[in-house]
Amino acid sequence: MTIDVTLKVNGVERSAKVEARTLLAELLRDHLKLTGTHVGCDTTQCGCCVVHLDGKAIKSCTILAVQAKGRSVTTIEGLAQPDGTLHPMQEAFREHHGLQCGFCTPGMVMMGADIARRNPGATEELVRHELEGNICRCTGYQGIVEAILSVANPDAVRKDHH
Amino acid sequence: MGQFGIGQPVRRKEDVRLLTGQGQYTDDINIEGQAWAAFVRSSHANAKILGVDTSAALELPGVVAIFSGKDLEAAGVGVLINEAAYKNRDGSSMHKPPRQVMPTAQTRFVGEVLAIVIAESAELAREAAEAVEFDFESQPAIASTARALDADAPKVWPEFGTNQVVHWEYGDESSVEAKLKAAHTRVKVDLVNNRVAPSPMEPRCVVATYKAADNMLTVYSPTQGGRRLQTMLAKNLLKMPMDKVRIISHDTGGGFGVRSKMYPETVAVAFAAKQLGRPVKWRGDRVETFMSDYHGRDQINHAEMGLDAEGRIVALKLETLLNVGAYLSENGVRLPMEGGGRIIPGVYHVPDFYFSVRPLFTNTVCTDTYRGAGRPEANYITERLMDAAADACKLSREEIRRRNFVTQEQMPYATHLGFVLDSGDFAGTMDMALKAAHWDTFAERRKEAEARGKLRGIGLAVFIEGAGSRPVEGMRVRFEENGDVSVIAGTYSHGQGHATVYSQLVNEFLGVDYDRVKLINGDTANSPAMSNGSFGSRSSMVGGGGINRASKLIIAKGKKIAGHLLQADPEAVAFEAGVFKAGAGTMTIGEVAQASRDPKKLPDGVTPGLDEEVTYENDVENFPNGAHVVEVEVDPETGVLQIVGYVAVDDCGTVLNPFIVHGQVYGGVAQGVGQALTEDVLYDDDGQLLTASYMDYGMPRAKNMAHVEALFNVVPAKTNELGVKGAGEAGATGAPPAIVSALCDALTPYGIRHIDMPLTPEKIWRAIQAARTGKAA
Ligand code: FES
Ligand code: FES
Repeated sequence: MTIDVTLKVNGVERSAKVEARTLLAELLRDHLKLTGTHVGCDTTQCGCCVVHLDGKAIKSCTILAVQAKGRSVTTIEGLAQPDGTLHPMQEAFREHHGLQCGFCTPGMVMMGADIARRNPGATEELVRHELEGNICRCTGYQGIVEAILSVANPDAVRKDHH
Repeated sequence: MGQFGIGQPVRRKEDVRLLTGQGQYTDDINIEGQAWAAFVRSSHANAKILGVDTSAALELPGVVAIFSGKDLEAAGVGVLINEAAYKNRDGSSMHKPPRQVMPTAQTRFVGEVLAIVIAESAELAREAAEAVEFDFESQPAIASTARALDADAPKVWPEFGTNQVVHWEYGDESSVEAKLKAAHTRVKVDLVNNRVAPSPMEPRCVVATYKAADNMLTVYSPTQGGRRLQTMLAKNLLKMPMDKVRIISHDTGGGFGVRSKMYPETVAVAFAAKQLGRPVKWRGDRVETFMSDYHGRDQINHAEMGLDAEGRIVALKLETLLNVGAYLSENGVRLPMEGGGRIIPGVYHVPDFYFSVRPLFTNTVCTDTYRGAGRPEANYITERLMDAAADACKLSREEIRRRNFVTQEQMPYATHLGFVLDSGDFAGTMDMALKAAHWDTFAERRKEAEARGKLRGIGLAVFIEGAGSRPVEGMRVRFEENGDVSVIAGTYSHGQGHATVYSQLVNEFLGVDYDRVKLINGDTANSPAMSNGSFGSRSSMVGGGGINRASKLIIAKGKKIAGHLLQADPEAVAFEAGVFKAGAGTMTIGEVAQASRDPKKLPDGVTPGLDEEVTYENDVENFPNGAHVVEVEVDPETGVLQIVGYVAVDDCGTVLNPFIVHGQVYGGVAQGVGQALTEDVLYDDDGQLLTASYMDYGMPRAKNMAHVEALFNVVPAKTNELGVKGAGEAGATGAPPAIVSALCDALTPYGIRHIDMPLTPEKIWRAIQAARTGKAA
């Protein structure tokens, strides 16, 4: 049985026919060909799949596509300005070497933007705590934590290197 | 030019693409008309395969085909090869069982692929895979490294009568034993180097497509460079001409050694695509990735060291058991000898050395290279020994090391297994780390922690690495019509930022605008003839060195062309910052490249074009080294350990881009922290894998890490023209011994001198309880 789902993705209304069991991540990747959202696990642990649903970070592997019906989703592809100007969190990841292979990165950036939005003035400890649900195997998190801090609380970024 | 040259912290040019969702990983690739694959995997760790019935599965809607090992065998598919050739001391050869892509008679570990099911969708393929009926006769299994050599242990390969692959030895055991006996102080350690899952964040994935008309097979997969895989797939496995097999990796979501291997799934998907004449895609999930990606480490070591009255080492004896899994992977069996053996016994002068290695089979997935590949294990042993020696000799941990370092005066210094250390300032590097970490004022911080009810400890590890293995690599520099310059690399960047660093080098050597340089890699159709890929921290030396050598050829040729056009003697042409100069005449390198395309503008004997391809070669590797100091706090009531300070000082020679090298250090440290604190692949006694998801397997998270202060003590390598030493694996090497050292220091009040990794709260808590009750008793 297929179900029609209409939702707003990156500001544009999109429709797709999905199965009841189709996950939002699958809708985005397989149906809408927005492959920037990644899938890194089967158990809601890695956070590679984080997108914003009505402005809040969620794991798109953990909700059904139909649950997003009529709602607004922002993916990594929709975070920058239409003219290509990077979102401050994307810019911060670049500036602080928050990515290496790039696989965890879309989820990290979407999560980072959400952390910074919710926690202005965040401490390093809080940022590390907030990243509990996002795994990165490459960076040791240092550049990621710095990038998020640089948006949420620039004074908290340590200055012992570049 | 200075802004983008060698040593500048240039921001990465690959980032914008990856930050905006434009990366192209294998799962992002879908080919018109593709079918989907799913695998039937063994649920038994050891079982006879009595038969297979695919009839029910084949009847399910949407099922296209099912192939098992027998089908591959009938089609003449070859076996996965291993080229190791170790011998026992009596001259007899190691056991080398063949590995079929999918076994036909016996399955030897849980998760082994037994059949591939192709269907119209991924879901249908999975459902059909569940309907394939294998008839097994289950047999007892052995998964434990410690028990694999017990007489009554089940044999993975009964025909050998033992699980021991080989008993490889170096040195004279009786001489070393005599020296240990005579030594003033003798210390020993027994260590488990825990099995870990490399676990790149991108699960394994393969897309294969075959065009019968030109007999062309194209395979997309995450790799660390495709040429070696192409060779294996073409020559050994599918028996096709090399140029009819193409391997493409656009973006790869982490490698760590484990993505450089040929896996049965790749062969099966490629075979199916060829057989069906239809694109086939397989997207591994995380459970499959845990079960079938090769694992890392898994050694048990017994080591003894003898020291004289001054605390100087006189002899070292090291006995290693290595769990290689059920088969011989490409490199797994080599790791203690060719991986760790390169640099053992670490940064210390050891006059006499005996080394025994017994790789052994178990009913588990193979082990193979994982970040550091034998060197983290080797350094862990020497560093635990040095801590034990410090205790026994009543010297501080830094002093015992200082007394035993190989000094700069002793270099070039030949190691026991035939490698030569060219450079390194081990004492200076250690001192930098101690200073940056405020080692001398630690007592104050311990006191302050005590007041909060915490046990604080500080740990030190000094280590050496071997980088740049197989130092042969092709690199091509090509001048494009539009003025861009392409670097066509045999190496393959999968997170290391080669596009940035190679652009810096082209900018430095040829004066080409940083922004006009681009990197082409990851496709065997256009990679240089010699193309090994990226592993073993080799790309700075072989890739960077290759660009340097190609640039020299380009400049020499450019001088001839510029001289001809400027009517000057080529000898009189100077080249600087991208400009050829002869007297008042100048030509930019772009102009020379443009002119070089026109034979009429060339002097006699000069061929058109300014492009150059070189095969970089070096006789030797390089030896990065460093010192890590870690501070930890332990809550004695819960056993929870928190890292509270981390200093990493690295000598990775000349630093091409400190921003990127620091990233390698942080990432490596995190993997070392993971091994030390949270990661442990566990099989139960029946060989069932207990840690097959991120719920059961402890990946290090942001909160397990502390801010790492990374510093350099630059001692350029003398053995390569850039002076580089590979930086990729140092972090994973230094972290485990430094952290264990710090924990033991924290637990000094309880007299606990060692706990095996991972240092979970439970283990720490139990050790504290045992010590407390021991005291009470
Ligand atoms: S893919 Fe969603 S948490 Fe891993
Ligand atoms: S950048 Fe590779 S997993 Fe995070």
